[in-house]
Amino acid sequence: MSDAVLEVEHVSKAFPGVKALDDVSFRVNRGEVIGLIGENGAGKSTLLKILNGVYQPDAGAVKVDGRPVRLLSPRQAFDSGIAMVFQEQSVLSTLTVAENIFLGREQEFLRWGLIDKRRMNAAAAVELKKVHLDIGPATPCARLTFAERQMVEIAKALSLDSRIASDITILLDEPTSVLESREVELLFSIIRDLKARASIVFISHRLEEVLAICDRIYVMRDGKVVAEVPAAEATVHALHTHMVGRQLHHEYYREQRQSPPGDEVILRADGLGKAGAFRDVSFELRAGEVLGIAGVIGSGREELARVLAGHAAPDAGALTVHGRPVRLAGASDAVANGIGLVPAERKVEGLVAQFSVAENMTLSALGRFASRGVIRFAAERAEAARWVERLHVRTPSTAAMTGGLSGGNQQKVVLAKWRIAGVEVLILDHPTRGIDVGAKEDVYELVRDITADGLAVILLGDTLDEVIGLSSRILVMRDGAVTATFDAPAGGKPEQVRILEHMV
Amino acid sequence: MAAQGLAGRAPRPASAMAQERRRAAAGGRLIEQWRRWAPVVVLIGLCLVIGAFNANFFSTGNLVRLLNSAAIPVVLCMGATFVILMGSIDLSVEGVVALAAVVASLLVANDVTAIAIGHLAIVPALAVGAALGFLNGWLHIRLKTPSFMTTLGMGFVGLGIATAILGGVTVRISDQSFRYLSLGRPLGVPMAVWVAALCVVVALVIQERTRFGRWVYAIGADEVTARQAGVPVERTRILAFVIAGVFAALGGVLAAAQFGQGHALIANGRLFTTIAAVIVGGTALSGGVGSVLNSVIGVFIVVVLANGMVLMGIPPYVQQGAQGLLIIAAVALALDRSKLAVVK
Repeated sequence: MSDAVLEVEHVSKAFPGVKALDDVSFRVNRGEVIGLIGENGAGKSTLLKILNGVYQPDAGAVKVDGRPVRLLSPRQAFDSGIAMVFQEQSVLSTLTVAENIFLGREQEFLRWGLIDKRRMNAAAAVELKKVHLDIGPATPCARLTFAERQMVEIAKALSLDSRIASDITILLDEPTSVLESREVELLFSIIRDLKARASIVFISHRLEEVLAICDRIYVMRDGKVVAEVPAAEATVHALHTHMVGRQLHHEYYREQRQSPPGDEVILRADGLGKAGAFRDVSFELRAGEVLGIAGVIGSGREELARVLAGHAAPDAGALTVHGRPVRLAGASDAVANGIGLVPAERKVEGLVAQFSVAENMTLSALGRFASRGVIRFAAERAEAARWVERLHVRTPSTAAMTGGLSGGNQQKVVLAKWRIAGVEVLILDHPTRGIDVGAKEDVYELVRDITADGLAVILLGDTLDEVIGLSSRILVMRDGAVTATFDAPAGGKPEQVRILEHMV
Repeated sequence: MAAQGLAGRAPRPASAMAQERRRAAAGGRLIEQWRRWAPVVVLIGLCLVIGAFNANFFSTGNLVRLLNSAAIPVVLCMGATFVILMGSIDLSVEGVVALAAVVASLLVANDVTAIAIGHLAIVPALAVGAALGFLNGWLHIRLKTPSFMTTLGMGFVGLGIATAILGGVTVRISDQSFRYLSLGRPLGVPMAVWVAALCVVVALVIQERTRFGRWVYAIGADEVTARQAGVPVERTRILAFVIAGVFAALGGVLAAAQFGQGHALIANGRLFTTIAAVIVGGTALSGGVGSVLNSVIGVFIVVVLANGMVLMGIPPYVQQGAQGLLIIAAVALALDRSKLAVVK
């Protein structure tokens, strides 16, 4: 196999208590785009970290251009032609584009110990052209859009091609998860161009995209490669089946568990408005109901969610909880009135990563676990343990750091926090963003559990499909106004196209 | 791998992206510019206000006096800026200044020792600064102690040694050519000002044109990313503290030459001025943002303010309080408060 640029041969890696990789073999040929998919915990990130020099394998070998290499640091991996483009980007916004591209490799531009900026900028301009990025190399990265920064990282990887003897492999870790569809298309056109000079490993949860761009797809599950399929022969359904190891449930969104709305109105909005964001929004939210809010970016739905959660104040209209008018002057007011937000950026807003699972769960209702200001640890632990079991949180113990859990499990910790705090309305802001198929189904199951307990949910879904599948009623917003409301009872869901008409 | 030209193909989508960026940036750019120039605006405003109260402020004599009192703080700030750009802090300034001043004063013609090596005394004095700086950095890295505590402790070590060497006496310097370092007036401007100007040029070259300078910014912005890119983080950190130590020691030498004395009290109040000037100048305590030029502006804000209050006849104790308040105000003006969700 002379055209293999990167080979992973029988690699295994164990961590205390987990076999993260079990005899994994993986090959990237020259000019190929390889898809790498699998649920969270399947071993993708461990494999990436081995290729990026963060971890060393316990057994097996990594070969570049047929020669075995030992990758002891990200820098060493980079110099061997393996460049990683991180999901959470590693472009330094305070440096310029050129400075980022050559960070740590300024050596070649030194003259008498001083950096020749003109030469460095000129060299950077060459790399920028390869990714069709029409910006000056001296532009501070703070001014770039997210997509442009990603291009800068790719340009950085491509800068290797005239500088090292080996071929280049670029590892793209979930590159599309935060891009708009137009930007995704641009990324794809660049990937197609790049085939001439680099091989690509494309890691994504969006299987349609994997099918569209990749030549060959590896599916991982439980630390093993369970399938290797040419993209031309694969279907989303087949890939799903490989990933979860079983047929997908026909009732993906647990429609059979959708409860009819109760009689009691918990939350009521009358003519709610906020200048520049949304206006005249009215709705009633009943116990056991899932109210989905559909709308594109800029429709005002994100702002509406923030207002409902007390993170921003409305300029007009009224909110009532159980018939009582309320003014939410902050998130703590919202919590006191029984409204909790599960934010999209869990790590930033929903959780204190350094806190243990138990500490996070009781954070909003600590008073209940304290007598005279002193925390009763036994009671705290017991309550946390109860929720860990009830929500099937996969954690070594209630004392484990929350930051170490997977995205789906962190999500559950946030939910438990609000359940313990006794909220009646949960606002779920993109609850399934960035988590894989299996974990998504867990979340859908959770939503049904929540409503079965008589709580109400306001859902800002990741996809329209998800909003339709989960909601009992759907509020459609466009340009800050509610353009339509649909009932979506189990078995009588509205069609996507009908909702789309009111969205765009 | 064949490097065939992609360059020729029309990058239509990319330019669409660029357009969107420009639109988004148009509003942000103004604020960004303001933030960049805020310290300068504050300085000019301060000068105008004081000048309006007292015409003497703009007299040549007073301007030279201003430059002279800014000289030593500027030298101290040049080193401190690199440390703060890294997101660390160096609180050992006073210890280094005191020890360097005492060492220098004991090695030139003086009334305590019989040694008189003249200008050569600068070398051991700077070496002492470099050594203390190295210890700052090395301990901070090896023991993983926060730079805040390491340098605070090292500062006291420096002050302690300086006091112990002298045992309470004050060294009087009789070497006039050494004192020329501060007091000489080529072209009518004090020598200390020329030295400070040279320091600014050197610091600016280090900041803008060396790998070290680039790496300091990278570490301050995001140490993990810098490390992944292969930046030698530990070495860079230690070097930054060494550079800070050398500049602080040079400040000590200038102070000894200026006052013609060597004792630990010569360092009094230097720490506050240094840190305040760097921050007021617009370098972020969190690291990654700022410049040695900002620090120069910062020094002038602090010095002009002090000078102005003297000119306006404000009582000394009120002066101190006003200085403290105005520094808080300047930081509030210069910082991007909108992006701060949490203030520590």
